Amino acid sequence: MVSTSSFPERASFPIFINNEWHESKSGKKFATYNPSTLEKICEVEEGDKPDVDKAVEAAQAAFQRGSPWRRLDALSRGRLLHQLADLVERDRAVLATLETMDSGKPFLHAFFIDLEGCIKTLRYFAGWADKIQGRTIPTDDNVVCFTRHEPVGVCGAITPWNFPLLMLVWKLAPALCCGNTVVVKPAEQTPLTALYLGSLIKEVGFPPGVVNIVPGFGPTAGAAISSHPQISKIAFTGSTEVGKLVKEASSQSNLKRVTLELGGKNPCIVCADADLDLAVECAHQGVFFNQGQCCTAASRVFVEEQVYADFVRRSVEYAKKRPVGDPFDVRTEQGPQIDQKQFNKILDLIDSGKEEGAKLECGGSAMEDRGLFIKPTVFSEVTDTMRIAREEIFGPVQPILKFKSIEEVIKRANSLEYGLTAAVFTKNLDKALKLASALEAGTVWINCYNALYAQAPFGGFKMSGNGRELGEYALTEYTEVKTVTIKLDDKNP
Amino acid sequence: MSSSQPDIPAPLTNLKFQYTKIFINNEWHDSVSGKKFPVFNPATEEKLCEVEEGDKEDVNKAVAAARQAFQLGSPWRTMDASERGRLLYKLADLVERDRLILATMESMNGGKLFSNAYLMDLGGCLKTLRYCAGWADKIQGRTIPSDGNFFTYTRHEPVGVCGQILPWNFPLLMFLWKIAPALSCGNTVVVKPAEQTPLSALHVATLIKEAGFPPGVVNIVPGYGPTAGAAISSHMDIDKVAFTGSTEVGKLIKEAAGKSNLKRVTLELGGKSPFIVFADADLETALEVTHQALFYHQGQCCVAASRLFVEESIYDEFVRRSVERAKKYVLGNPLTPGVSQGPQIDKEQYEKILDLIESGKKEGAKLECGGGPWGNKGYFIQPTVFSNVSDEMRIAKEEIFGPVQQIMKFKSLDDVIKRANNTTYGLSAGIFTKDLDKAITVSAALQSGTVWVNCYSVVSPQCPFGGFKMSGNGREMGEYGFHEYTEVKTVTVKISQKNS
Repeated sequence: MVSTSSFPERASFPIFINNEWHESKSGKKFATYNPSTLEKICEVEEGDKPDVDKAVEAAQAAFQRGSPWRRLDALSRGRLLHQLADLVERDRAVLATLETMDSGKPFLHAFFIDLEGCIKTLRYFAGWADKIQGRTIPTDDNVVCFTRHEPVGVCGAITPWNFPLLMLVWKLAPALCCGNTVVVKPAEQTPLTALYLGSLIKEVGFPPGVVNIVPGFGPTAGAAISSHPQISKIAFTGSTEVGKLVKEASSQSNLKRVTLELGGKNPCIVCADADLDLAVECAHQGVFFNQGQCCTAASRVFVEEQVYADFVRRSVEYAKKRPVGDPFDVRTEQGPQIDQKQFNKILDLIDSGKEEGAKLECGGSAMEDRGLFIKPTVFSEVTDTMRIAREEIFGPVQPILKFKSIEEVIKRANSLEYGLTAAVFTKNLDKALKLASALEAGTVWINCYNALYAQAPFGGFKMSGNGRELGEYALTEYTEVKTVTIKLDDKNP
Repeated sequence: MSSSQPDIPAPLTNLKFQYTKIFINNEWHDSVSGKKFPVFNPATEEKLCEVEEGDKEDVNKAVAAARQAFQLGSPWRTMDASERGRLLYKLADLVERDRLILATMESMNGGKLFSNAYLMDLGGCLKTLRYCAGWADKIQGRTIPSDGNFFTYTRHEPVGVCGQILPWNFPLLMFLWKIAPALSCGNTVVVKPAEQTPLSALHVATLIKEAGFPPGVVNIVPGYGPTAGAAISSHMDIDKVAFTGSTEVGKLIKEAAGKSNLKRVTLELGGKSPFIVFADADLETALEVTHQALFYHQGQCCVAASRLFVEESIYDEFVRRSVERAKKYVLGNPLTPGVSQGPQIDKEQYEKILDLIESGKKEGAKLECGGGPWGNKGYFIQPTVFSNVSDEMRIAKEEIFGPVQQIMKFKSLDDVIKRANNTTYGLSAGIFTKDLDKAITVSAALQSGTVWVNCYSVVSPQCPFGGFKMSGNGREMGEYGFHEYTEVKTVTVKISQKNS
């Protein structure tokens, strides 16, 4: 369906509703760009409120009692998800190529990490579909009481540009597994893989209206979703700033259930007894992976005094060696930043680091005159009050801070309003368990980084988010519990 | 059982029985003794082939292989749980590919109607594999808020080497009911299929190898109960035994497990399941469902509804129409389209059923139809209905496992519940009523592992299945079934200070 060679000039990717392709109601289109070449890839139909309304109508119809989707055996829902995984696997190279063109991430990462995650996540949740169980409950009185774990209804999903397809699958898989219907708005920077997935959803045989995809912008299509009175739940991944707007809109409209995966300023704590090579490498990948554009980015590296100098020296070596370039080149580890806005913001924060007195160890500027490439940058002698130690950078910038004691680093690590992930490098059992328990973060990694699995819940403490994705825990977010109580004439206990 | 069937292919006419040896470490072995045993087609009494006859030495070999495959650090123990699930999915796809072969085999070897084998048995096999595949990476321990400065968690580990002894009534389905949860949880297995019906398990052995299960994870030793079966139940290096079969043999297995190494035991045994039809039932549906509930697969189901209690006011009509229904069978070779009843599995069962039929006549039940054998080849018995059966008659107490239906009368609800429960069995029960309260109250009152309301034999891999009382120990399928294949380890780590 999609060729990997250049797109025809006037082709535009349509909106996906009811397993059909639609033009936008307004007739408007928007362009999506390749951040590596700065060229326009193609145009996409620009969805706005009327398109969202249409999509919601379709999703509601698909969710009616008695509909094919509602009447399907849970096991069959699982089969469909499993078969979708098979199709994603079949078209893995196409999807990875599209993802790289649209987002600038290195092709090998897209192929081996993003697509691997998509396939595994789909298969994991496929297996849950017929294992979502209510309870029968021994209440007081002469009644029979049981719970039904029902789907919530029409779910809105607003997805980010850093892992476009993967973040979409993280939402779609549990939503569909639990029997919901979905209206998706992919990030305007990266709509293509979501729309391609639409074609696979149709091919697999999901009934029309179960999945609908409306590309467009946040303030228009996104806002329409957050405040739609017939959407029962919304899942958003993106910045904390926009996450707050989504939750506000949900409250102002119909109290739709909200899950948010937001930003982070994730501490990476390296103790003196750590395996230093391992810590350096993990911290390096932890901050630079995906051009630094990860909510899990290890953007505050706390290193114990005794090993600080050594750690900085080795980290700088790594950073200087990091190959930056064309994401389709197999040697490339780092591609361009997603767009001019992000690029500017990162350079601004780098400047603040210099101005506020951090020591620039390497990098510190853009790669060349044109393009969105930034040199891998390391700052040492960073202190907690500097902007680079407090604000999410979302770029290839590693701030390294020093600490003396465990109690001190725990306080400092927990001192921000973020709380998405944390990492600890130590060989000591008690220290590891103590830190794991003390750090205010939804995920704590010990002697590893970015160890994410479909089976393990992921989400933020504090302002890094609400709720959890992945694992059994995700099912709670896509389920509405109904208690049924039947009065009896005569009771047998 | 649906009356409108989707199109199914015709059975294979030239089925070869290629896999007739002992399967250990993904390889085929001859029996240590050199002995073989014959396997028959119960419709024709013809020998289909000979199979290597496993005994104690072969079981020992198989257990050694299974134990090796279970060692810490082995490919199987170090495999991602999700990958175990992938292998089970792969196996499902291969079973689906070979569906026609396997359905033909079940029909020829097991006397099963081909359409049932293809749709119901094989359909159930695929669903079971896919259901269990999905659990593999969802078997979760807990972290636990214990007292004191400790970090406590549980690991849900595989039990170890599991011995599994299978029946002949649903050979392939019961094979997969056993291996799928066991493998999903990470165990290794030594399977002894029923001596009457070893062939489909042996064919699936090749698919297990093709799917990529490491050697030693699944081992199959065909043979007899008193030899190979007993060797499994009393083996000192088998951690758990699972058996489906008669209550009589189930007791021997549990005894042997106790005498040897206290291996964990799960048993799926016989039944004498009551079906209670109230006067307010939807009569048309009740007639067909209660009929199938007994006569399906020639009455050879552990859940066979062999005590049909009908409320007095509708009794006579119900008997009359049940008899009409029972007369509508076409007996013959189960591979032939149009045939609606196949043979009993073997001579021993055949004679036992005829003996029980005679006892019914002698003890004063009213023979409404059937009552004897059919045809001059194969183990066929006429569909038989007895009415005016009283509770002390042998046909009302003993499991018949044949096409013989007992219809009994009842007056009051309390009374029928007592009578229904008045048995050492407790596998399943059925109720027909439109009344909400009656449905809930009676299902709560029956001492039965499964109660079906306004339906019967609805078996689905998501639902736990097993017996109260002497119909069994433990449950198969559903999340509950997985507990039986898991051994819980509690790990408690001292820490300097715990925080909630």
